[in-house]
Amino acid sequence: MSASSASGAARAASPSPPPPRSAPRRMELRALGGVLHREWVVFTRYWRSTTFSAVVEPTIFLLAFGFGIGALVAEVQGMAYLDFVGTGVVAMAVLFASVFPAMFGTYVKRRFQHTYDGILAAPIDVRELVTAEALWIGVRSGTYGLAPLLVASAFGLRPGWAVLLVPLIGILTGFGFAAMGIFLSSVVPSIDSFGYVISALVTPLFLLAGTFFPLENLPGWVAAGAVVNPLYHTVELVRGAVFGLAGASPLGHVLGLLAFAALMWTAAVVGMRRVLID
Amino acid sequence: MSATQPAIALRGVTKRFGAITAVDRLDLEVPAGICLGLLGNNGAGKSTTMRLLTAQAIADEGAVEVLGHALPRESKAARARSGVVPQRDNLDEELTVAQQLEVFARLYRVPRRERDSAIARALELADLAARADTRIDALSGGMRRRLLIARGLVHRPELLLLDEPTVGLDPQVRQELWSLIVTLRDAGTTVVMSTHYIEEAEELADDVAIMARGRVIDRGAPAALVARHAGAEVRELTGDARALAHAETQARALGLPTRRRGPQVAVLRAEGLDGQLGPGRTRPAVLEDVFVSVTGEEAT
Repeated sequence: MSASSASGAARAASPSPPPPRSAPRRMELRALGGVLHREWVVFTRYWRSTTFSAVVEPTIFLLAFGFGIGALVAEVQGMAYLDFVGTGVVAMAVLFASVFPAMFGTYVKRRFQHTYDGILAAPIDVRELVTAEALWIGVRSGTYGLAPLLVASAFGLRPGWAVLLVPLIGILTGFGFAAMGIFLSSVVPSIDSFGYVISALVTPLFLLAGTFFPLENLPGWVAAGAVVNPLYHTVELVRGAVFGLAGASPLGHVLGLLAFAALMWTAAVVGMRRVLID
Repeated sequence: MSATQPAIALRGVTKRFGAITAVDRLDLEVPAGICLGLLGNNGAGKSTTMRLLTAQAIADEGAVEVLGHALPRESKAARARSGVVPQRDNLDEELTVAQQLEVFARLYRVPRRERDSAIARALELADLAARADTRIDALSGGMRRRLLIARGLVHRPELLLLDEPTVGLDPQVRQELWSLIVTLRDAGTTVVMSTHYIEEAEELADDVAIMARGRVIDRGAPAALVARHAGAEVRELTGDARALAHAETQARALGLPTRRRGPQVAVLRAEGLDGQLGPGRTRPAVLEDVFVSVTGEEAT
């Protein structure tokens, strides 16, 4: 054995204390930029199919509910039902365009493609990786959230100037749900487990948010529970922005979405660190 | 990093996965500018050691330094100066060769004005310039492996970590990759290469660290290891089971190490034995004899 190994063996007799697991706190924009660039390049390959599903699905919901239920219900909460559902479907579009790619895309990249192992060999840490992924999905889903509004406008929706805030609401919502999807992808034992998540979590989230019907007609405990549904706050903010509803106070809803995004981001970082770093 | 500072220093490093100790009080220093081969069978702890060097695994005990940076605290700074070629292909199938290199040039912070030339240089080095616009899913296995190496080199790292670089490749492609690694080594890049191919370590490494059960059990230049453990010649004896058992006993009585090799018994340090111990042939000792002798395991 070499001299260095022999001297090392002597040192090994009194092993060093375990190194700290914590990483430096500073997040580098260039690290985020590297991951975002990758997502952008991949998106340029698949933007047609990605955009098709993200736009067409909520549009079908909008038209089916708007004209189907709208034929039976003229007005809800003082607005035409098509307008009511048109604004509600914005939130659903953002939810679908964020949580699904975050769950499935992140899982596939981690478990099957091992993409993150490659990225984390570069000077990127897990916080930066998670942040960039959630940011990308958030921006994309926030943009897709405009599609139902455009469709509803073709059928008579006349939004106020504050409609310009809808993409920001969508991005904030999308970031939170993307982080939630990333977190879930780090805890499910297999890709098939997402079936439970969709049935037990995603479906109640978008149905019990005031998207297709007002919550006040539901049993009191369900309506009260909706306050903790982040999508409810998105729906309220979008309706407030589009119609400028008198008396609506956006601050609580914004704080609700911010708290949700912060909580899910933290959970996603912890979850991904657990599965990506041995 | 100072001139005398090692490129890599692991001191008393232990990494456990539940009840399994993958790396066990490992001490390893790698001077700058050499090619070190980490040689061991599957499960010896090589891949875990490689992941410890990029902070993709965190040691339970001990200290890890890479290019003078203490890990995991300064792991980003260390990774910015290192290149990694993983055992498992994790290329982005959706991208072209050039796009993949551009993504990693950005991840490795190659300045914008140098990015195109860095990509061109990496393509040239990996002999992939003609495939720059080819989608990765259309590349052959050898081209993908070369691209993995190019990707790890796009930022001109001082240290290159190669985890089983030629596993699963056919001999011709393996030879191509060996040439590439020799070029890097000769250019002064510090190379740490894990492998379970003995001939790969023998061919490429200035220094070989033999790993078993999570520890380096011996280390040195291949020729020095061979001379130390196997001498100059090995006598391979043939015969029936009884004759071989007898020959083994005789060899041990003479203080010569032996190893079973299929229907043969190989006697190490067999210089000057000639026809003693029974019929067989004499051949030069090789690193495989050392590996089996010091690990007690046949190479896989």
